[in-house]
Amino acid sequence: MKKVLVLGATSAIAQSTVRLLAARGASLYLVGRNATNLDAVAKDAATRGAAKVEQQALDLNDTAAHEALVERATQALGGLDGALIAHGVLGDQKACERSWVDAEQVLRTNFLSAASLLTVLANRFEAQKAGTLVVISSVAGDRGRQSNYVYGASKGALNVFLQGLRNRLAPSGVAVVTVKPGFVDTPMTAHLPKNKLFASPDKVARGILRAADGRKNEVYVPGIWALIMLIIRSIPEGIFKRLKL
Amino acid sequence: MSDAFQSWGRFPRAARQAAHPIVWQTDRLPATSGTLLPYGQGRSYGDSCLNEGGTLLTTATLDRLLGFDAATGVVRCEAGVTLDTLLRLAVPRGWFLPVTPGTKFVSVGGAIANDVHGKNHHRAGTFGRYVRRFELLRSDGSRRVCSPEENPDWYEATVGGLGLTGLILWAEVQLRPIHNPFVLTETVPLENLDAFFAVSRESEPDHEFTVAWVDSLARGRKVGRGLFYRGNFAPPQFDGLPLAKSHLSHGSGLAVPFDMPGFSLNRLSVAAFNALYYRANVLKRGQRLQHYDPFFYPLDAVQGWNRIYGRDGFLQFQCVVPHATARAAIQEILERSAREVPSFLNVLKTFGGVPSPGWLSFPRPGVTLALDFANRGERTWRLVAELDRITREAGGAVYPAKDARMSAESFATYFPQLERFKAYVDPAFSSSFWRRVTVAPAVQPAALPLQEGAPLPAVPLRSSL
Ligand SMILES: Cc1cc2nc3c(=O)[nH]c(=O)nc-3n(C[C@H](O)[C@H](O)[C@H](O)COP(=O)(O)OP(=O)(O)OC[C@H]3O[C@@H](n4cnc5c(N)ncnc54)[C@H](O)[C@@H]3O)c2cc1C
Repeated sequence: MKKVLVLGATSAIAQSTVRLLAARGASLYLVGRNATNLDAVAKDAATRGAAKVEQQALDLNDTAAHEALVERATQALGGLDGALIAHGVLGDQKACERSWVDAEQVLRTNFLSAASLLTVLANRFEAQKAGTLVVISSVAGDRGRQSNYVYGASKGALNVFLQGLRNRLAPSGVAVVTVKPGFVDTPMTAHLPKNKLFASPDKVARGILRAADGRKNEVYVPGIWALIMLIIRSIPEGIFKRLKL
Repeated sequence: MSDAFQSWGRFPRAARQAAHPIVWQTDRLPATSGTLLPYGQGRSYGDSCLNEGGTLLTTATLDRLLGFDAATGVVRCEAGVTLDTLLRLAVPRGWFLPVTPGTKFVSVGGAIANDVHGKNHHRAGTFGRYVRRFELLRSDGSRRVCSPEENPDWYEATVGGLGLTGLILWAEVQLRPIHNPFVLTETVPLENLDAFFAVSRESEPDHEFTVAWVDSLARGRKVGRGLFYRGNFAPPQFDGLPLAKSHLSHGSGLAVPFDMPGFSLNRLSVAAFNALYYRANVLKRGQRLQHYDPFFYPLDAVQGWNRIYGRDGFLQFQCVVPHATARAAIQEILERSAREVPSFLNVLKTFGGVPSPGWLSFPRPGVTLALDFANRGERTWRLVAELDRITREAGGAVYPAKDARMSAESFATYFPQLERFKAYVDPAFSSSFWRRVTVAPAVQPAALPLQEGAPLPAVPLRSSL
């Protein structure tokens, strides 16, 4: 990935990934909601060696703006061969249970806006017969649990969407990489008590680039989550529904 | 509440301390009924980066590089960026830190707040002199860009201001050019203190970097026995050296057997280490070329070396005494510690006369000595209190960044601009150190001159227990 569109560039995982891409001398088009914070990330990338950095402040829930956004990014970088979809919200499960407005917000940001962006990007990448789409999903999408099933559902839907897209784009040589991080120590999880399973954004970012370079399909980062989720997925539903998870 | 944020000496320990990460320059400071204190990389030794009962504003996530001009060597970055990150950016492009402490794992904010010094103080002065501008965020939400021209009073209060004037968000630092990452160094054996003074005097005009290690157990006429290191950045294309190998691993510097099982810091092991160190390095006398990393940061080669002192932690004591009284005071301090509590590592250097902009800056003309003591409770504290007294009587000062025990009376004596400074302290900010050294002597017995053998005021060794 040399000319990369990064969506949700101010998220902790995206920032770490941007630093690694910058150090490789990639050209970057960074998108985030807060213009001032985005500017700091862009300056950081430029100082660390990115060949070119452009930025645009945008609320990605505005799906009507996606087509124009991708067009602008392509123009600015003189082409596009990679995209990282990293924006997302954790949401508050309890609030989502009480109110559809809250639940819809999570589904909208994590699934609908990503699906919209992927639609635009997939068509372009398919036409140019090249490119890598990297999407940050979550282990939470592997099985619904009472503690965060709205968030989990948004990521689960995303996973299925990506599977289909991967299937569709395989003949045109476009890679679709689903990244499933476990717990990551970021501002999004600042309120949670930390344990040994929490990985740093840097570690996750290295895993993301390794997966992208290797044009992998679905990866867990860190890898230990593949095993953990294998176990979690294989618990029979009859037992699972009685667990406190 | 977190036990994770401690100081480098791990003494005293702060058990009831909340941490609030600062992620963006646009963040607001948290509203709390308690006090706030910025926290960088926790490389201060005592309690100046601790805020028992309050909140630490942690800056590890405020770590973006905001710009670097390879033509002028000016770098702008957020305050949580470490000197290590700056070196990785600057060295390959021919620039180096103008001043660096003995570890590169400190933040720019922390380096400003303690106005750190390095081996080139006699030539360059302190880090603060190279900070062109920074932005200060106060708890009332106000933001000020400070420089020698804009808001100069805030600039001077904040350089060396111990994190008490507000949170530094970003800073602009002037780097210095280098030709390559190598330092041409020379090791000169020292017989005693007189030799140190003579070699210092002789070395300073021609050497940018000078520092001495002294044997902590030498007594009598041997006091000050040690090794003097002096060096300069290597000239361009020195001997056609393979510059590509600029990231050589540490082949030299301190090789301390930190992970020896049951390794304990008693008189015997300190003596063994000091003797070994002397013998190993005296062989390396003469000139050689060294990569900057082991030259400036020998201790960084061993991650977390502070843990060898065990749970009770350790205390560092660093003082500076004016040239006029230096000979006698340094001799007395070295002899007392050799007799009472052996220090593991003794470092001696002269400070020059280049003034710092900071009102509370520690460096001043004279001789500076740093000692490391394993924390053995009252015995250690009494010695450190004594060293504080000797320093005060010699007209010197103790370094707050290294301190856990100086008295309030001493602090006021060491920093005559204290009253002026107090007006700039953010009303919501405080630190364990600040409360300790600014309470009225009447309520803090530690501030009273200690008599020999008098019990020390109760400071819980591990408040977490
Ligand atoms: C091995 C070793 C060698 C050392 N050698 C030297 C030396 O040679 N010379 C020397 O001078 N020092 C030396 N030191 C001390 C060290 O350089 C200082 O204590 C330094 O200030 C630590 O920086 P930090 O980022 O860890 O800050 P911390 O220790 O976390 O904090 C230091 C102070 O800075 C304040 N602060 C931190 N960030 C900010 C911010 N963003 N805004 C406002 N205030 C802030 C804190 O409130 C605190 O008062 C050494 C320390 C070690 C461990």
